[in-house]
Amino acid sequence: MSGLSFHRLWAVVLKEFIQMKRDRVTFGMMVGIPLMQLMMFGFAINSDPRHLPAAVHLADNGPFARTLVQALRTSDYFRVIKETESEAETQRLLQLGEVQFVVNIPVDFNRRLLRGERPTVLIEADASDPAATGPALNAVAQLANNVFNRDLPGSLAPLQAQNGPVDFRIHAHYNPENITQYNVVPGLMGVVLTMTMVVITALAITRERERGTMENLLSTPVRPFEVMVGKILPYIMVGYIQISLILVVAHFIFHVPMLGSLPLLYAVALLFIAANLAVGITFSTLAKNQLQAVQMAFFFFLPSILLSGFMFPFRGMPEWAQAIGSCLPNTHFLRIVRGILLKGNGLSEIAPQIWPLLIFLAIAMTIGVRRYRQTLD
Amino acid sequence: MSAPDFAIDVTGVTKRFGDKTVVDAIALQVRRGEIYGFLGPNGSGKTTFIRMLCGLLTPDAGTGTCLGYDVRTQQADIKRNVGYMTQKFSYYEDLSIRENLDFVARIYGIPDRRAAVQHSLDRLGLAKRSHQLAGQLSGGWKQRLALAACLLHSPRLLLLDEPTAGVDPKARREFWDEIHQLAADGLTVLITTHYMDEAERCHRLAYLAYGRLLAGGSLAEVLASAKLFTWSVTGPELRTLAATLLGRPGVEQVTAFGNTLHVSGRDATSLDSTVAGLREPRHDWKRIPAGLEDVFISLMDCAKDNYS
Repeated sequence: MSGLSFHRLWAVVLKEFIQMKRDRVTFGMMVGIPLMQLMMFGFAINSDPRHLPAAVHLADNGPFARTLVQALRTSDYFRVIKETESEAETQRLLQLGEVQFVVNIPVDFNRRLLRGERPTVLIEADASDPAATGPALNAVAQLANNVFNRDLPGSLAPLQAQNGPVDFRIHAHYNPENITQYNVVPGLMGVVLTMTMVVITALAITRERERGTMENLLSTPVRPFEVMVGKILPYIMVGYIQISLILVVAHFIFHVPMLGSLPLLYAVALLFIAANLAVGITFSTLAKNQLQAVQMAFFFFLPSILLSGFMFPFRGMPEWAQAIGSCLPNTHFLRIVRGILLKGNGLSEIAPQIWPLLIFLAIAMTIGVRRYRQTLD
Repeated sequence: MSAPDFAIDVTGVTKRFGDKTVVDAIALQVRRGEIYGFLGPNGSGKTTFIRMLCGLLTPDAGTGTCLGYDVRTQQADIKRNVGYMTQKFSYYEDLSIRENLDFVARIYGIPDRRAAVQHSLDRLGLAKRSHQLAGQLSGGWKQRLALAACLLHSPRLLLLDEPTAGVDPKARREFWDEIHQLAADGLTVLITTHYMDEAERCHRLAYLAYGRLLAGGSLAEVLASAKLFTWSVTGPELRTLAATLLGRPGVEQVTAFGNTLHVSGRDATSLDSTVAGLREPRHDWKRIPAGLEDVFISLMDCAKDNYS
């Protein structure tokens, strides 16, 4: 045995660099993945989400009520997108997930405040994601007391009692005990399906080409379309088995509430599975081998976890990150699953999440099928 | 001879990939029941030509028929009646022999699938191994499986792309015996190969280089068309003699075969005078008929490389 030889070592190092340079996808991954992670973790993700959408149900128009609304508007935590006098409307906004909070200012707020009766302001929160609502709810009591300290000078000063002039009551809807699993476990359904469906289809079709069996297959009377659909159908079944598995575990181990219709969930899941399979097919037409297919799937998987609202509150991300997130099927599927299970949403409430899935599916299918055809001739 | 007597009858078949003409205006006629050998160096366009015949690729130019079906428009009919064996083993390595055959039988919608698969297993001697995974088979057995699979739907034309690469001599011989049996039963076979002994077992041959057909016909016709003259020499110090011969007038090829040198050229007069000038008593010079390999190397050297 001779010792370490530098020219041998150097030969291996050089060869490795040449191969690295040739494999564009691996190279892209080495540069692209860290950049993506930097952007997402550095800028997009925020565990102290602010500017959360809120609606105000204003039953009193007095000056102190106005002051309170103004304070909410200027605070970092809330973004009041709607002022309304209809309670039904605020409930609907909460159910659709368009607002995270509803602030109810009661009819005689002004009068009772002046009388020192500590009027009750009910804050209803969509607590299906406890991480999104927690910090804002902590901030709200503090906020109101500071506001009225300024507005209640002189003879009104005694109203700034120890408990503050206003009694804030918080009602956490959908997940009153702030159990994180209620949010995470249904969310996992989207994440698991994204991971397996995209990777498995990309691999299944790339493997056929890599091993040369595709050429053989196409020299038989079988049509390319039949090959594709035939390869996809078994994985749709696999997807449904995964969904069922997650639902069973969610119910019996995590005791996640299931308020809505499970058949509806199964029906909508087909759209989501199909969308991911279409992405997998597109990757399989781009990838030269199975390793590349996995690498490409990873590029899709990363934002699907981080920007979809699965790990971090969607509303807490900056606009651009929300825009990217809105293009991902997982974002919409998460809202559908959480909506059906935790809020008992029906078809009309989840409809706003269905059409983005349909658009994504149509685009991905078109690209996938077109590229798939091109690879044959 | 009228058209229906040809299993393959094409003219001007051309395929380009980008600005590279991979197959350049090839005309080919193969009679029914014939074993037709397709020879040529690697990358000469043999595989591309076969892919066009079996409907995998559409030719950029050229017309013709395969089993009476138009190669440009009736690809579906061609696929149903042609068995194509790819160069690389292309069945599923993670499926057993029987599962692979079952799959193929289902694709072709073969009636009474079980019986057809069992018959095919018996016929090619695969029955005992039918539960082995294809990936665990040796080269010879893989090739048998591939042949069984592409015969399953009783094709009328068999396209075999280098079927015997990496197969031992005994298995090769058995394979060729099988091919001759099939041809005797009326099947037409187009086969590509690099082995000269295999080329000599074909009824007719064609030689392809750089996408062009350089020679075609029976073995005797191909040998005669090359007009190549060959001397063989035996004796001591052949290496020195070979070095001396190279570059002399009339000498185009000097090839060592063990203890014999083959010296060939197309200009008989200058080759003979060069040989006469170098004759020594210790060497034994003989005029021999040119071999197929000498002829093909001569053809290839003359062809212009239009790929580079």
